[in-house]
Amino acid sequence: MIPSRSLRFGAWLLPALLLAFSLASCGDDSGDDADARKPLATIDPATAATITGTVTFQGTPPAPKSVRMEADPHCNATPENETPEVTQEVVVNNGRLANVFVYLSDGVKGRYAPTADSVVLDQRGCRYHPHVLGVMVGQRMVVRNSDATLHNIHAAAKINKEFNIAQTQQGQLTDQVFKHAEVMIPVACDVHGWMRSFIGVLSHPFFAVTATDGSFTLKGVPPGTYTLTAWHEKYGTLQQKIEVKERESTAVEFAFKAP
Amino acid sequence: MRARLSNLRSRLRSIGRRAAPPAFALLLLLAAGSEAGAGPAADSLSPGHRWWLPAASTAVAGRIDSLFILILWITSAFLVLVVLLLVAFVIRYRHREGRRAAHVTGNVLLEIVWIAVPAACLIAIACASNGAWSAMKEEFPRESESLVIVVKPRQFQWDVIYAGADGRFETADDITAINRVDVPAGRNVIIRLMAQDVIHSFFVPQFRMKQDAVPGMTTQMWFNVPAPGTFEIACAELCGLGHYRMQGRLIVHAPAEYDAWYAARLREKAAESASAR
Amino acid sequence: MSNQEAGAPIDAMARPRRLARIFSRDHTVIAKQFFAMSIFFLFAGGLLALFVRWQLGFPGSAVPVPFNFLMTRAMAPGGVIAPDAFNGMFTLHATFMVYFAVLPMLVGALPNFLLPLQIGSPRMAFPTLGMLSFWLSLLGGLLMIATYFVDGGPASTGWTAYAPLAAVSHYTGSSIGQNLWILSLAILGVGLIHGAVNHVVTIINHRAPGLTMFRLPLTVWSFLVTGLLVLLALPVITAAVSMLLMDRTLGTSFFVPAGLSVSGSPLAGYNGGGQPLLWQHLFWFFGHPVVYIMILPGMGVVSDILAVFARKPLFGYRAMIYSTFAIAGLGWLVWGHHMFQSGMNPLLGTTFMASTMAIAIPSGVKVFGWLATLWRGQIRFGLPMLFALAFLLTFTVGGLSGIFMASTPVDAFIHDTYFIVGHIHYVLFGGSLFAIFAAIAYWFPKVTGRMLGERLGRLHFWMTFVAFNCTFFPMHILGIGGHMRRIYDPTVYAFLRDLQPVNTFITISAITLGFAQLLLVANIFLSLKNGRRAEPNPWRAATLEWTLPSPPGDGAFAVVPEVHRWPYDYSLPNAVEDYLPQTSLHVNGTGTGADS
Repeated sequence: MIPSRSLRFGAWLLPALLLAFSLASCGDDSGDDADARKPLATIDPATAATITGTVTFQGTPPAPKSVRMEADPHCNATPENETPEVTQEVVVNNGRLANVFVYLSDGVKGRYAPTADSVVLDQRGCRYHPHVLGVMVGQRMVVRNSDATLHNIHAAAKINKEFNIAQTQQGQLTDQVFKHAEVMIPVACDVHGWMRSFIGVLSHPFFAVTATDGSFTLKGVPPGTYTLTAWHEKYGTLQQKIEVKERESTAVEFAFKAP
Repeated sequence: MRARLSNLRSRLRSIGRRAAPPAFALLLLLAAGSEAGAGPAADSLSPGHRWWLPAASTAVAGRIDSLFILILWITSAFLVLVVLLLVAFVIRYRHREGRRAAHVTGNVLLEIVWIAVPAACLIAIACASNGAWSAMKEEFPRESESLVIVVKPRQFQWDVIYAGADGRFETADDITAINRVDVPAGRNVIIRLMAQDVIHSFFVPQFRMKQDAVPGMTTQMWFNVPAPGTFEIACAELCGLGHYRMQGRLIVHAPAEYDAWYAARLREKAAESASAR
Repeated sequence: MSNQEAGAPIDAMARPRRLARIFSRDHTVIAKQFFAMSIFFLFAGGLLALFVRWQLGFPGSAVPVPFNFLMTRAMAPGGVIAPDAFNGMFTLHATFMVYFAVLPMLVGALPNFLLPLQIGSPRMAFPTLGMLSFWLSLLGGLLMIATYFVDGGPASTGWTAYAPLAAVSHYTGSSIGQNLWILSLAILGVGLIHGAVNHVVTIINHRAPGLTMFRLPLTVWSFLVTGLLVLLALPVITAAVSMLLMDRTLGTSFFVPAGLSVSGSPLAGYNGGGQPLLWQHLFWFFGHPVVYIMILPGMGVVSDILAVFARKPLFGYRAMIYSTFAIAGLGWLVWGHHMFQSGMNPLLGTTFMASTMAIAIPSGVKVFGWLATLWRGQIRFGLPMLFALAFLLTFTVGGLSGIFMASTPVDAFIHDTYFIVGHIHYVLFGGSLFAIFAAIAYWFPKVTGRMLGERLGRLHFWMTFVAFNCTFFPMHILGIGGHMRRIYDPTVYAFLRDLQPVNTFITISAITLGFAQLLLVANIFLSLKNGRRAEPNPWRAATLEWTLPSPPGDGAFAVVPEVHRWPYDYSLPNAVEDYLPQTSLHVNGTGTGADS
């Protein structure tokens, strides 16, 4: 009789569907993470060294692209909007390149406990402050909306979980913590298409973002041999092998070239 | 019921005036109370008619409104008929002791009547509709005689593109804007929609026009606004968490003003590309 | 309880008794299970609707304290519902209501209880299919509830899940939620198909001797037609959501064209070549018939209740049946009227406008037929009748407002506005749900053996009727003002600012409407306990279920009845009683037993 046959059919169908589903939806946040298995390390102030340097830009920088902030009347309202009409993609002052993320990409032994302080990603005048941001695995990142308009923080992470948060109100705060090292995570606001930011997540504190004068400093680096990487959103990465000696300050120069 | 009809009539008369339709107003004042009376002052973007159709700003919009009102009349007539009959029957034939209902099973003639009359009304509505539909969606003005604007919506903004000095799209001298469409009054404008991610819908309430922008294909709409003004563009198709903020402005300039605006944008663009070189 | 199917082969698997009682193959138990599930989802969906209404009525204010327990911090930072959570809530509201409240009630609870009884059969054709139908539906429902709690939030693409928004998880942030949503619908679809097979075969094969097709009450006719619609429509949505799931998880591109971007960067992982409109065609090819699946049983129930309470034969019995078929048939030809502005060829718009207008004609036949049934009747205003009359009124409003969107140019304006929302709620709430309320009041004595409390019932009716109209009629005004549907905060738009008091009024009405439904539940529980004991035939109705004791108990129709007449022999001039049961042979007069 049909009922028993359909029982059998049903008995197979459900597990099959469930299996298909579970196969489909996992894999999201299960990126194999070598960092997590490393032993915990601490900075020894007695031996810690410093890496300093500048990032220069050779050639003519591209003309800044203009931004049409009138697209949202709330955006122009902020007085401290320093350069409201251009993008922050390439910022060059006197041949020095800002917004370069400099970090130790190889040679760091162990992983470091996250800094207790939180970092802030502010949305002010329909821009991200800062434009490039470094944060440690497990460190708290506070996303703030300082504008009286809607922002959504759409982080296109690949190793970490992609997230897309809306902040409707001025002063709204949202906490975000990254579980895995990932350089870089592009962040965009889909309401204001020009808004872009990049987040570098590392399991150690040895990273910096170049200031408007192109300078950077990495403090508390244990002596050793490292690969130092400089990343720029438009010009890609440059790398150098460096040796850091006990309590010494190592100077490094990176030079990006106009294509 | 007579009161209802007269309400309806006055509602129809009120088109073109600021007065709120009394029937609706009566219903809603109950809750809205004083708040309804002391609503925020209408600015230039407000419809000008509270709780009724926004002011029609194009000829096609006027046509759609008259269709709407035609259908409103016909459907209201049917509704009033049904309500009247229902109320009358419920009162007249309510249960009374000692009376027996009539054993009536049907009536072919009546069935024919209530098939034929609505059918005639529906055919009339359909015929009236189809003319306006053709005018809106099928009989596009010639591109050579119109201003063509490409709008590429994305989550959650309207990327607006004008052909630059070369008169062609997808070239380096395209003029771009975000969330803002400037058009001249009295000229046919064709909006060519190409969505960049999900489906959006270009909606200007005062034009009574809505056209979905579908990724992977190009859709078009056209309008001709006789007088200058400022309108809001809304996204009418759910497109994600910022859907409600996907708001643009459509500014209709007097023709000379528009030409000046366009010339200024051309100069701006030329200066920009010169500095890039 | 499970040995109800007398004469059926005894369950060979001999499950333990308690398990057999839960996984019962008894049609009344299955009906009650469907009923409980449906009521649960009705309230869950209603609660979600109130959250949505709260945000629209009072944008940016926190959800009041006792009701914010369902809000996680991510959903409602500071108690204010976030836009993505808002999208998730109206998506789940519609999904709950359409798929897990109204459908299980109308194609689960009602036919499972009524079918063997109204056709004089001791059993359903496939009791195990009936059982599976419930348990699959419940599994689907549980998965759907789970979507609310998973990481990334529930599906937030509307119950229509338009691609590519629903096909690419980057566009919403809801990944697991949307996948579960799809899976849940696929399982529900399979479940409902199980039930539909059971119902259609039962109607065709298990009618009592003498019960010809044209002696079936309209309720049974509507179950037959809905069963056929389910069999034809649900496979379409099951196939479509499977394709959508493949797009989401396996990287196919059924609905995803090439060259898409996300946040301004190219979208990776899709080959492209898909067609977003394909989804809309598939969805609405299912979606419009499903609207008729949800209204036709209501129409059947109301037809019968009107006849019983007017003590008159249903006016134009055959016209009613033919119009049911006409609506169901035309229902397959109108899906494009959801897509007039979608970029579909405008010539097709004309075609779909014509077919959509045509569907108003059989609907009109029904409305006028119901009115004519009242004409020269002896109308008693029992609770079922109140809801049936309300149905007649609200369905008329809903049907007439549909003509606005059938007109292609007018649709260009009101498409995707609150006019549509008002319309769908007049049809679904004022139509399907009022019919469900009428059915609950009408068959409650048959199911439980007790009458549903009249006084509380009337309070529930009037509060529901008034609050319903105050909630959904003003939505038409919003729509006429251009108020888009599915927007989180209408105050953003200058052209909508004047309409905000209407939104507030709707929200207050909706809250009243929601709380009024607690009266129904209270009434059901109070009546179960203290209700007046019901006679076998409290409404003096002619159909077969009323020849049985209330409740029918085990072994109903152990002796198969013989049917001698149609179900509408009310107020025959020569009969002593003002009704003749379908089983009575003699009229002591000249009653014929069928119309013309």
